[in-house]
Amino acid sequence: MPLTIGVPREIFPDEKRVATVPDVVEKLIKLGFKVQVESGAGDAANVSDDAYRASGAVVVDTAANLWSSSDVVFKVRAPSMEEVALMHEGQTLVSFIWPAQQPDLMQKFAAKKVTVLAIDCLPRTLSRAQKMDALTSMAGVTGYRAVIEAANAFGRFFSGQITAAGKVPPAKVFIAGAGVAGLAAIGTAAGMGAIVRANDTRAEVADQVKSLGGEFVKVDYEEEGGGGGGYAKVMSEGFQKAQRDMYAQQAREVDIIITTALIPGKPAPKLITAEMVQSMKAGSVIVDMAAEQGGNCELTEPGKSVVKHGVTIVGFTDLASRLAKQASTLYGTNLFRVSEELCKTKDGVINVNMEDDAIRGLTVIKAGEITWPAPPLKQAAPPAAKPAIAMPQAKKGHGAPSEPMSGNKLAIMFGVAAVLFWFIGANAPTAFLGHFTVFVLGCFVGYQVVWSVTPALHTPLMSVTNAISSIIAIGALVQIAPPLLGGIANRPDDAIRYLAVAGIVLTAINMFGGFAVTQRMLAMFRK
Amino acid sequence: MSEGLTTVAYIGAIILFILSLAGLSNPASSRRGNMFGMIGMALAVLATIFGPRVTAAGIPWIIGAMVVGGGIGVFAARTVKMTQMPELVALMHSLVGLAACLVGFASYIDPAATAGATDAEKMIHEVEIYIGILIGAVTFAGSIIAFGKLSGKIGGKPLLLPGRHLLNLAGLLVVIFFGWKFIQAHSIAEGMTPLIIMTVISILFGIHMVMAIGGADMPVVVSMLNSYSGWAAAATGFMLSNDLLIVTGALVGSSGAILSYIMCQAMNRNFISVIAGGFGGGAPAPKAVAGGAAAEPVGEVTPISSIETAELLKDAKSVIIVPGYGMAVAQAQHTVYEITTTLRAKGVNVRFGIHPVAGRMPGHMNVLLAEARVPYDIVMEMDEINEDFPDTDVVMVIGANDIVNPAAQEDPASPIAGMPVLEVWKAKTSIVMKRSMASGYAGVDNPLFYKENNRMLFGDAKKMLDEVLTALKT
Repeated sequence: MPLTIGVPREIFPDEKRVATVPDVVEKLIKLGFKVQVESGAGDAANVSDDAYRASGAVVVDTAANLWSSSDVVFKVRAPSMEEVALMHEGQTLVSFIWPAQQPDLMQKFAAKKVTVLAIDCLPRTLSRAQKMDALTSMAGVTGYRAVIEAANAFGRFFSGQITAAGKVPPAKVFIAGAGVAGLAAIGTAAGMGAIVRANDTRAEVADQVKSLGGEFVKVDYEEEGGGGGGYAKVMSEGFQKAQRDMYAQQAREVDIIITTALIPGKPAPKLITAEMVQSMKAGSVIVDMAAEQGGNCELTEPGKSVVKHGVTIVGFTDLASRLAKQASTLYGTNLFRVSEELCKTKDGVINVNMEDDAIRGLTVIKAGEITWPAPPLKQAAPPAAKPAIAMPQAKKGHGAPSEPMSGNKLAIMFGVAAVLFWFIGANAPTAFLGHFTVFVLGCFVGYQVVWSVTPALHTPLMSVTNAISSIIAIGALVQIAPPLLGGIANRPDDAIRYLAVAGIVLTAINMFGGFAVTQRMLAMFRK
Repeated sequence: MSEGLTTVAYIGAIILFILSLAGLSNPASSRRGNMFGMIGMALAVLATIFGPRVTAAGIPWIIGAMVVGGGIGVFAARTVKMTQMPELVALMHSLVGLAACLVGFASYIDPAATAGATDAEKMIHEVEIYIGILIGAVTFAGSIIAFGKLSGKIGGKPLLLPGRHLLNLAGLLVVIFFGWKFIQAHSIAEGMTPLIIMTVISILFGIHMVMAIGGADMPVVVSMLNSYSGWAAAATGFMLSNDLLIVTGALVGSSGAILSYIMCQAMNRNFISVIAGGFGGGAPAPKAVAGGAAAEPVGEVTPISSIETAELLKDAKSVIIVPGYGMAVAQAQHTVYEITTTLRAKGVNVRFGIHPVAGRMPGHMNVLLAEARVPYDIVMEMDEINEDFPDTDVVMVIGANDIVNPAAQEDPASPIAGMPVLEVWKAKTSIVMKRSMASGYAGVDNPLFYKENNRMLFGDAKKMLDEVLTALKT
């Protein structure tokens, strides 16, 4: 019996996203599910009810009807208390939950005996979980939108231009924090032509910053901290001071600051002080992506865009929702991947398999029982347990190719060859030696010539050498009817002739066939 | 035509053959090279027919045989599909081997061949016949089996008889013993028995040798048989005291030997171990090697649809296509070409990366791509293209497995450790087209499939590529 997935309209103020889009609906139906959508769910994300209908979903007129008739509900924001009231026992909810911040909500879920999968609790270190990682996909959207908001509030071009009306300097953008959102912002700003600088306390992201066209600004703390004789703590203070100095300097130089610094479970660090804002040029812009957690800038007002000291400080907390269609598509796809994991049998029935690391992490409530937080990941599947052994470079005995032959080996080979030649020279009659000379020289000429053949032509080489080797026909030709010298009796003429004719037929196949096929192949090689 | 003129014509033929091989150094000069080869062959044959060793009585026979054989040959060359080239080449090698045997037998029963020779000369002549027939028979039997394996008439799995090395050794000793008896023989009839026994043993040896070699090692076998057919011709040349045969045989023999060496190097295996056989079918369970230290790949594969593949290709700036035997099996080269032209028309930089042992014959992939009219200047060798992977957006691997296996570099316990591979995993995204998750001929699991930036496109290569092409064009 296939389950029904329901997607309600988001009721959180200003939330424009929706948990599925028509493209994803089709894929869900292919998995065996029925899909129903509340009327108007996609309006804010430019998806009409008709579009959902066209993709195979049923449109339900009220939220109450939808909640009551759905076995599984996909949502973006955690449900409100009113929505929880609509839930029924045995129902499954997949959504952002943030269980740590919502203890009351968790109790309500438990009381309702529902199963809840919190997309924010996905074990992100699991490599196969990446396709389900909605935090990452939302962060990417947020980073992009942050740059767009900055550009909107900023009074100039991003890219430097030289026009007939004069020279336009490029905008300088500083991005604090190079996580997913930060990297997306770097890429977007660099793509628009700005000079982008970025910083992160994790030095290892420097390469990623560079790869997206940004410049990594290091906190130069060794110089500062070097004077004190202390250790970690002093170092850390020195680091923080150096970091502040660096931010202060950047604030004076750049036109736009975008901050994304977050520490899990703690208020966002205050990186940009009021003085730094004052030191910025008039018309500059700060976009504070951490506004929801209190903001990285002292003057941020969450949810608003304000102008202070001539600097526009954007503190929107709904950046992802402001790019509703893109965010909904990505989020919907993430949820589809979750559905795939839940429904491996593709028959429209879900199985919340608590043995599966990814599902275990996602599941915060299983049939009314709170299972959050999930135990740390078993180390059974280490994502990158590379063998620490370096590849043994030259293994003995097992072809270490293209190494120059060692002196000893060469000496032995020459020795063997010399003995062989001496043996032949001492025993063979002169007639044989003449042929032998020709043979050895032939081998060497072949060796020299064939090395110069390009690898692309190895097949034609084989077929042409094959054709040439039908020169063996000469052997058969001279046997067929030689001028008989006197004194040879009882030559089995017929037997020899038939053998020779058979030989000629065989080699003729080879000769004509080999050259013809080579010609056919070579004719195909063209520029 | 006098003896002198014939010899001079032979020298001309030798020069033309050398020029013919030299011409293959570059596709542009290769057509002329092949022409040199034909002229050389015609010169040699005509000089022989009109030379002093053939009387007028033989000419009708010769013409008849040439017409029959030539007709068959040209017909085969016209009709063969490019994907069947390895089979055709193997079959042709067997003809050379058989012809060498026939010439050897004919030479032995011909008393004119040794008329007036000294004892030492006679003995050398007999040794030459013996060796010539030996090589010819091995080439013949081995090529027939190789043909069977390549055309799928015989299974690709290596046949491993118990104590196979001992069997081969015993065969060799028996051959040497009968060789001794053969030389001691006083009359032709007396020598015939050891000669026939040796021929049978050589045929069995040839069958056994190729049966023991797995499908993935076929490029080595084919080039090795190529080499043998050359040595057979050279041995016949010694037998008949004909320098033209000796030189030509030596040219062909060393060419095949070099190809075998290149193929072995490309698989990081030494020649002896390939010939000893048993590797290419995964028969010795590789996991048991090195006490389970061979890392099992972890993680899951990410499938992708043909439409998503098309999107990825459309958005890419640079694409590298890595074809393997699977493309040949699916006959997908023409679709690959159309995808290539479509992408190039959109300004995508499309190139091909060819591993030396991709396919079943040296250069097999190049021929298939050339047949599909892919320009050869975008078809790159492994060494030319390996360092470009990190700057590549999408790599499409079509029906290849072991040649793109990162375990060769990352896992020292892997059976293919140290084999040079195409480093496709360094690209931003790689798409592997495969029919299933089955491992390649080496029987080694491929960690590439589990890499985060890898996608799997399951299905028949031709069908999937057709879908990709349709999606690209809309």
